[in-house]
Amino acid sequence: MEIRILGPGCPRCGEVERRTINALAELNVGADVQKVTDIKKIMEYKVFSTPGLVINGKVKSSGRIPSLEEIKRWIQEEQQS
Amino acid sequence: MKERRIFLVLVLVFLAAYFIPFTRLNVQNALMEAFLMVQEYARQHVLLCLIPAFFIAGAIAVFISKESVIKLLGPKAKKTLAYGIASVSGTILAVCSCTVLPLFSGIYIRGAGIGPATTFLYSGPAINILAIILTAKVLGAKIGLARALGAVAFSVVIGLLMQLFFRREDEKKRSQNDFISSEGSKDDKPLWKTALFMATMIGILVFLNWAKADPSIKVWYLIYRIKWVLGGALLLVLAWMLVRWFKKDELKEWTFSTWVFAKQIFPLLLGGVMVAGFLLGRPGHEGIIPSSWVAQLVGGNSLWANLFASVAGAFMYFATLTEVPILQGLLGSGMGQGPALALLLAGPALSLPSMLVIRSVMGTKKTIVYILLVVVMATITGMIYGRMAG
Repeated sequence: MEIRILGPGCPRCGEVERRTINALAELNVGADVQKVTDIKKIMEYKVFSTPGLVINGKVKSSGRIPSLEEIKRWIQEEQQS
Repeated sequence: MKERRIFLVLVLVFLAAYFIPFTRLNVQNALMEAFLMVQEYARQHVLLCLIPAFFIAGAIAVFISKESVIKLLGPKAKKTLAYGIASVSGTILAVCSCTVLPLFSGIYIRGAGIGPATTFLYSGPAINILAIILTAKVLGAKIGLARALGAVAFSVVIGLLMQLFFRREDEKKRSQNDFISSEGSKDDKPLWKTALFMATMIGILVFLNWAKADPSIKVWYLIYRIKWVLGGALLLVLAWMLVRWFKKDELKEWTFSTWVFAKQIFPLLLGGVMVAGFLLGRPGHEGIIPSSWVAQLVGGNSLWANLFASVAGAFMYFATLTEVPILQGLLGSGMGQGPALALLLAGPALSLPSMLVIRSVMGTKKTIVYILLVVVMATITGMIYGRMAG
């Protein structure tokens, strides 16, 4: 699984990363988690307001900090498909 | 890399401890000023102003859906509307200074184009809600209002000029892709509830900070005398709303995002206040920099003073909100009202680091034109305001 966290490095983006890692740990799922801080790369995801969360190339949320439960649900959805 | 940074910090602390002439009277005086200024902020601005403002900013980040606003800046947006929206939407889109640059490049590359994008870039940092509240509280309502109005008006002018200069390139480059709407599956409140909720919080903030008015203006003075009653009543209304309208995890998200803002901004502001106190002193007192220097450089309302203030502001980096204490120090040391506004307009909109990012998005030529426009506009606005404020 490939997870990208989009944001130029503000604390809100760091929080999304922290929650994502917690979600992965709680579900015991391995994934390639990377932060994307380059604005041009962020634009390629067509995400406009940061922080954004992208799982397997699909934009799951943008402009807000999703809850731990939401992130867990998205990870599980991606696992099944 | 990290170890090396710690080492560097240690070396700097050592050098400072070794060389700073602490026995000299003016250094001791400036150090006292730094702490006195921090105390002044702690006593006058934190409890009633900054903390409510952080809660408002947190609420904006969590409860206001930004998608609808962003849609209006998309590629299919009407031009006239896009400028209007871009010039004022910073209030809710730019609560966190770090969101301005991604939004700017989004509007530029995928959205309404270079005009509205630069409009947003210029006005966003100046009219974000925390900046306006703190400017008005610390520096006075007049300059707070001038900052907001100046930023909005001149952002449109700058946007239109950029559009005019680069119209042809702009047409070629634009892709017609829309943004992805993916704010998630949040069940939204009806708009009127969110609006009332926001209005109540802003009302609380305004009434609690109502400045002592001249008794001759009856209404304002009356409000001043009953400000605690008004603020308290609104606080009760707010409590009722929170219990009735909000779910528990929404409240949790709200407090959390408020906390994230506070955690990010308070340390920076504390540092900014101390530095401003040390260098410039509180109003009426002197820091390490003699007031006469400040008065000479940016006193009065000459073209030179305004230009100097805007150029300095354009290149200097101000961490979120620190422009306010620094400006307070400068004003206290004899800076003119006009140059102060010029610095406020050029300062947060541009800094050396942000110039580099802007350059990577729209290229060297456009960036240079943008910087020149900002400096010229800030100078002109400063001169006009300086003349009006006397």
